Amino acid sequence: MKKNTEPIDLEKVVIKFAGDSGDGMQFSGNQFTNTSALLGNDLSTFPDYPAEIRAPQGTIAGVSGFQIHIGSIHINTPGDIADVLVAMNPAALKSNRKSIKKGGIIIVNIDSFTKKDLEKAGYDNSPLSDNSLDEFQVIEAPISKLTRESLKDSKLSSKSISQSKNMFALGIVYWMFNRPMTPTENFINKKFSEKSEIAKGNIKVLHTGYNFANTIEAFSSSYTVKSAKLEKGRYRNVMGNQAIAWGFIAASEKSGKELFLGSYPITPASDILHELAKYKNLGVKTFQAEDEIAGICSAIGASFAGNLGITTTSGPGFSLKGEALGLAIMTELPLVVVDVQRGGPSTGLPTKTEQSDLMQALYGRNGESPAVVIACSTPSNCFDWSFMASKITLEYNTPVILLSDGYLGNGSEPWKIKTIKDMPDITPLIAKEGENYQPYLRDKKTLARKLAIPGTKGLEHRLGGLEKEDISGNVSYDSENHEKMCNIRSEKIKKISEIIPIQEVYGKTNADLLVIGWGGTYGSLYSSVDNLINEGKSIALTQFNYIHPLPKNTLELLNRYKKIVVCELNSGQFANYLRMNFQGIIFEQYNKLQGLPFTTLELESHFKTLLD
Amino acid sequence: MENLTKKDFTSDQEIRWCPGCGDYAILNSMQKALPNLGRKKEEFVFISGIGCSSRFPYYMNTYGFHSIHGRAPAFATGIKLANPNLSVWQITGDGDALAIGGNHFIHALRRNIDINILLFNNEIYGLTKGQFSPTSQKGIKTKSNPHGTTDTPFSPSDLAIGSQSSFFARVVDTNPRLMQSIFVEAEQHRGTSLIEILQNCVIFNDKTFDAITGKDFKKDAQLILEDGKPMIFGSEMNKGITLNGLKLEVVTIGENGVKEEDVLVHDAKEEDPTLHSMLARMQPPEFPAALGIIRSVKRKTFDSGVLSQIEHEKENSKFKTIDEIINSGDTWEV
Repeated sequence: MKKNTEPIDLEKVVIKFAGDSGDGMQFSGNQFTNTSALLGNDLSTFPDYPAEIRAPQGTIAGVSGFQIHIGSIHINTPGDIADVLVAMNPAALKSNRKSIKKGGIIIVNIDSFTKKDLEKAGYDNSPLSDNSLDEFQVIEAPISKLTRESLKDSKLSSKSISQSKNMFALGIVYWMFNRPMTPTENFINKKFSEKSEIAKGNIKVLHTGYNFANTIEAFSSSYTVKSAKLEKGRYRNVMGNQAIAWGFIAASEKSGKELFLGSYPITPASDILHELAKYKNLGVKTFQAEDEIAGICSAIGASFAGNLGITTTSGPGFSLKGEALGLAIMTELPLVVVDVQRGGPSTGLPTKTEQSDLMQALYGRNGESPAVVIACSTPSNCFDWSFMASKITLEYNTPVILLSDGYLGNGSEPWKIKTIKDMPDITPLIAKEGENYQPYLRDKKTLARKLAIPGTKGLEHRLGGLEKEDISGNVSYDSENHEKMCNIRSEKIKKISEIIPIQEVYGKTNADLLVIGWGGTYGSLYSSVDNLINEGKSIALTQFNYIHPLPKNTLELLNRYKKIVVCELNSGQFANYLRMNFQGIIFEQYNKLQGLPFTTLELESHFKTLLD
Repeated sequence: MENLTKKDFTSDQEIRWCPGCGDYAILNSMQKALPNLGRKKEEFVFISGIGCSSRFPYYMNTYGFHSIHGRAPAFATGIKLANPNLSVWQITGDGDALAIGGNHFIHALRRNIDINILLFNNEIYGLTKGQFSPTSQKGIKTKSNPHGTTDTPFSPSDLAIGSQSSFFARVVDTNPRLMQSIFVEAEQHRGTSLIEILQNCVIFNDKTFDAITGKDFKKDAQLILEDGKPMIFGSEMNKGITLNGLKLEVVTIGENGVKEEDVLVHDAKEEDPTLHSMLARMQPPEFPAALGIIRSVKRKTFDSGVLSQIEHEKENSKFKTIDEIINSGDTWEV
């Protein structure tokens, strides 16, 4: 090792930790993320793990990965391919072989390249000895052996010792990128405050890995990634699911409504339940219901009784909630339904991302049952959108569906922390004691009806799923009233477009190609369009967050472009929705259904073809 | 406290149950019972699912919610957790609670959320016009099973006791006075109070409970249980229930040397549900049907557990606002 060599400064780098699903790769990845965030890097992360908790050890199916993209420049995606791969076993190497940059660095745990492990991964010969990795710089590290060696005097069980090897890998990468170990040491000491042997052991292995990298002469240099030029302010790293939870609490504080979550565990949405369940100290009520239906129904009940009722789920659970959502639309109660989308249909791909619940969100209920549909588009703006979803549902007394996806939910990025007092006010629409209350009398401007909360003297009334008579809210089977009420419910949603901001475009207003995206594809679409603009191409991007209603300038915006391509992780649901709304405009499509986000490379190459 | 009367609880909606339906008596008893509870009118909330019985909230001049099929316990749970000061009543039927809503029903009972459930059991589907229900007698012929059902019916009491129910009572729609007193006791019990009402459907299952409610012999077919009182019944009040080995037995006091003190004394508060279950299973003609409060035991309620956790965390946490939460932990300045 040329210890005196100055580290090489990189603008950005993509690192992937990959190993068996029990190898602690998510932990290593998260630690590297937090440390890099504290150093001021911009970053984006993407965990990629199997649906099984412990898939057969050593197999491709059991590989768990964590990819992180850090930079001193603006980072929008977790990166297409890795500059550095940490492969804890042959399966991890094999499954990531195609997503490493030529000339990239592969760090392998040489101790796990035994005949048995190679066979499990489907290798006939060791890729380390057949020249198949010649285009990479391969560093063979005896991670298991040195981990055992360094803890041979500790009182830890051999299982605990083996579980510490992720810290060795993390130590190597920390050295490579000149990261301090203190944040991870602090984390470990706190996490294992009552198991000091484990804490000590983990920290020792971390140092052993760091020193190993420093000592061996395998690395030609170490690297630095300077802090990014972010807007001034206080930052933290945040995951999408966490940001959604926080946005709801912020809305609860701002509106003065207690927050009630009724939910049933489902991947990849459960982390919102886990996060909210922590905040009993802020008065948050979380109810783990007996099923998805009870989750939404309890939330509607809580809203009826005066709380901000929300429910969180993913595709299969969202299907189950359809009937109850219809009731919330009929009874015009506040409710936010969060769908963290995953690959479907049916159980589909529980841990993989997709955008294929859009049509279900828009239309997946019996009868004419319009709901507001909003989509988050970055892990950190999940905070803003759960806040806005709450604001709309409380001010219009109508259900809002908030679409996220597995990529956003589990992905993370730095977030400039918001101050709650700077968030917009929320004014719930509620009738007061002494009013001459008519449950379905409406605000003339917004068409929203007022709630009367049980416990309020003199406002006793009955709600239900049967059609309502206009104004009185009594049960009515009158045919003309039914048509009128259907129209009112629809019109009420349309009127929300009055308060939503106009749709913005990144790029020129008369570019040759307009790229349209919605929701979680923002990072990759922005990066690719930005790259092409920098190359001098005539291209622009518009990313939709408000899906129903659409921003009121949408038609005017679309009319400015001759060529439009709608990119989404489904077979064309948003494109079809736009066609339905804007007949005569031609929408080309670019779709992907692989359970993975778009890569900027594939997008750029497709856009170039469209521009030729 | 203002003096409330039955009239205060009567809504202006026209009642649409069939003439002669048992539901009228239940509604009437409820409207008479509520003024005796010492609560304000605006504190009552009636939640229902779908079915004939579920129209009930429309006829009560209280807060009410006619929800969707089978899910009323989930709505009631959300309402009670949102505002624990409310008196929450769930109105349901044998189809609503035990078929489509079976899951929510058992989970409400096991959690012991402080609500009252009125199970209108008429052993048939009324609103959908006469199909068999999960409590229909085996072999009953209906439109959806013209050759007779092959289903084994649920026993609501066993389902309840198996779900750790803390309060189970049974009444008949022909005894308004008993209904009123049981409704009051159910409301005063903390936890999920389940009242099974044997309710006659005049159209699709008429007289199905005649063996219990028939005027001429009801005194011999009904045992009205009272806590701490011997289980004596019959037109001459000389019949009693005894335990013979592991089985209940009907005895006649004064015959074969049976004395009044040989008769079992009802203990609704007994934790062990074995005898409660045996009593609830009794059926004519061999036995009288047990009515009244069969089981009423103290158990911590779900809502009080949830709220005490929140109170505890609020008192002991240094974080009071979301601002403090999001600014805690690993943050950095740019």
